Amino acid sequence: MKATRFPATASGVSERFSGFMAHLRSNGLAVGVSESASVLNALSLIDINDRDDVRLACKAVCVNHADDYQQFDQLFKAYWFNRGRERQALRETNTATKKTSQSTFQPGVDSTQQLSASGDSDEADDNPDGDNDSAHSGDGKLVASTSTNLEKIDLRELMTPESLQRAEQLAAKLAAAMRDRRSRRRRAAKRGALLDLRRVMRASVSHGGEPLELFKRHKPDRPVNIVALLDVSGSMTVYARVFLSFLKGLVSNDRRTDAYLFHTSLVRVSDTLRDHDTLRAVNRLSLMAQGFGGGTKIGSNLQRFNQQYAAHTVNGRSVVIIFSDGYDTDPPEILASALQRLKKRGCRILWLNPLKGWKDYEPVARGMAAALPWLDLFAAANTLDSLAALEPHLERL
Amino acid sequence: MSWKSLQCELAETGYIATDELAMALHLSVKLQRPLLLEGAAGVGKTEVAKMLAQLKATRLIRLQCYEGLDASTAIYEWNYQRQLLSVRATADKDLSAEQVEEQIFSDRFLLKRPLLEAITQTQAPVLLIDEIDRADEEFEAYLLEVLSDFQVSIPELGTIEAVTRPHVILTSNGSRDLSDALRRRCFYTFVEYPNATTELAILSKRLPGIDARLAEQIVGFVQALRKEELDKNPGVAEMLDWAAAVAGLGVANLSDNPHELQATLVCLLKTQSDMAAIPTEITQRLVGKVVA
Repeated sequence: MKATRFPATASGVSERFSGFMAHLRSNGLAVGVSESASVLNALSLIDINDRDDVRLACKAVCVNHADDYQQFDQLFKAYWFNRGRERQALRETNTATKKTSQSTFQPGVDSTQQLSASGDSDEADDNPDGDNDSAHSGDGKLVASTSTNLEKIDLRELMTPESLQRAEQLAAKLAAAMRDRRSRRRRAAKRGALLDLRRVMRASVSHGGEPLELFKRHKPDRPVNIVALLDVSGSMTVYARVFLSFLKGLVSNDRRTDAYLFHTSLVRVSDTLRDHDTLRAVNRLSLMAQGFGGGTKIGSNLQRFNQQYAAHTVNGRSVVIIFSDGYDTDPPEILASALQRLKKRGCRILWLNPLKGWKDYEPVARGMAAALPWLDLFAAANTLDSLAALEPHLERL
Repeated sequence: MSWKSLQCELAETGYIATDELAMALHLSVKLQRPLLLEGAAGVGKTEVAKMLAQLKATRLIRLQCYEGLDASTAIYEWNYQRQLLSVRATADKDLSAEQVEEQIFSDRFLLKRPLLEAITQTQAPVLLIDEIDRADEEFEAYLLEVLSDFQVSIPELGTIEAVTRPHVILTSNGSRDLSDALRRRCFYTFVEYPNATTELAILSKRLPGIDARLAEQIVGFVQALRKEELDKNPGVAEMLDWAAAVAGLGVANLSDNPHELQATLVCLLKTQSDMAAIPTEITQRLVGKVVA
């Protein structure tokens, strides 16, 4: 293994190490001045002539994340032994950018040698960090532009694992916005901000009037529980995967959240969605949803929901979210009466319609028109942006 | 003492550490910085702290984190009942208000919780902050303050400075992402499941009496089991339990009694779905691979 030949100007250990730190930083590791100092400190404690010792010491100091942990050894080689990858794009979030960044290699070195990790590379130019910046600046822009785009693309086109993950994160955030409620009343509790004077006095009687035991009161959480109903009929299949990820985000962050799929019949999927593996769960469910496809019976499914599940899942603190385009094969009266009955439980009802985001959309589908009077919020849900825009509304609900 | 000798000493006490872990531990002890260990459950993160305490012949102070952990359980609390009694007992002694105050807000009435206890020891203890990811972000911020200055301020008493700096080891299972600030205060190592050779070394260290061929089979089986899709991969502790069980039953060869072997899997598989995922046929297939 040939060591990097440094320019004569970069003499001394500390200068070379500050170059190494800059190299790590440009590869996305969060290292700063204090890490540089720690590395130099650490080097004084080990055998600096042993390259493996140096690598291990730098690893312990500079890495602070599981993702970087795997990457570090290659970065170390790249800097000190002129080999390996130079500057992977900063924690890629998109497969598209991943592809471009993997094909960008250090200029001046034959790319075939870069690829073979075991073969010794030529002595490269003396300044490995020098003219790289210009070669890679385009890369950075690509990352930014794709990530902003992601939020504007209609959800039909979003199928990559990253976008599904993003939908899931978004759901978790929205759920948190909805759930953050605290009661105005206080209850006895082991730890709390205020003293429960009545109990303290009552207990003090047995100690001759000394308030020896202290009881506290606090405001308990009164979390909102979310019930989500997702339409997976033929007309909605294009959105199914993204909404399923969204549903998973809602469900997996809270035990109380309940999720259902419906097309011509209604299925409870909360437990399936709690699977650890997002992609597996979503794939399984979208297969399940595709199997049914066909027409939609929103009205009768809601009726069934009212009869079978609503009693123990929906109460005054519930938010019922319906994801549907409103195309119903049942007569609209059924939908209206089912919603009316659901509403009597004191819950709030949200209808997210992917079509609403389209230009000039009017809720003319008869089912949709019949449902409108019973909804607390009727909103668009065709882009991740529009989902994110729900947050302020949900806080107020 | 170099990191190699630390690694050897750990091995003597019964912990086989990887190079990365040994180096990180060595640096964290020498430079007096906390060490953050991440990794799946059951890879032996907590054990590192126990072994370090044993090695340094010092106390292990453990703070188990949980949701809702607050400063009064982690740092200090006033012994209110004792204070009250003391006030009553000295009520007729005619003390001035300042004297009473001085008396009840003194060291005697302070209940030291793990963090305060750790910094007031005369011999530097090992402070294990277990499963930090389960505590709230609020607590994490408080911890940052303690870990960077090694001092605790108590309004009634003033600031208590560390007598000695404890060796701090934090562990995390990654159930929540930790803040960058905390990560940057610490040295870091990601602990992985041991490879077959390491695991074999661990097994023969912990169960010295075990038959070499059986030990090889056990490790091979557990390593293969981790490659199956399970909810909870069996950790090192589970492997040791199972080895003890198998050896205790007098099994000489894993393929001897399929029925009995299947029954002993309770030591390795800890959820109902994992039990269902590994029926006898799969067990036998895995055993077939390691016995051959």
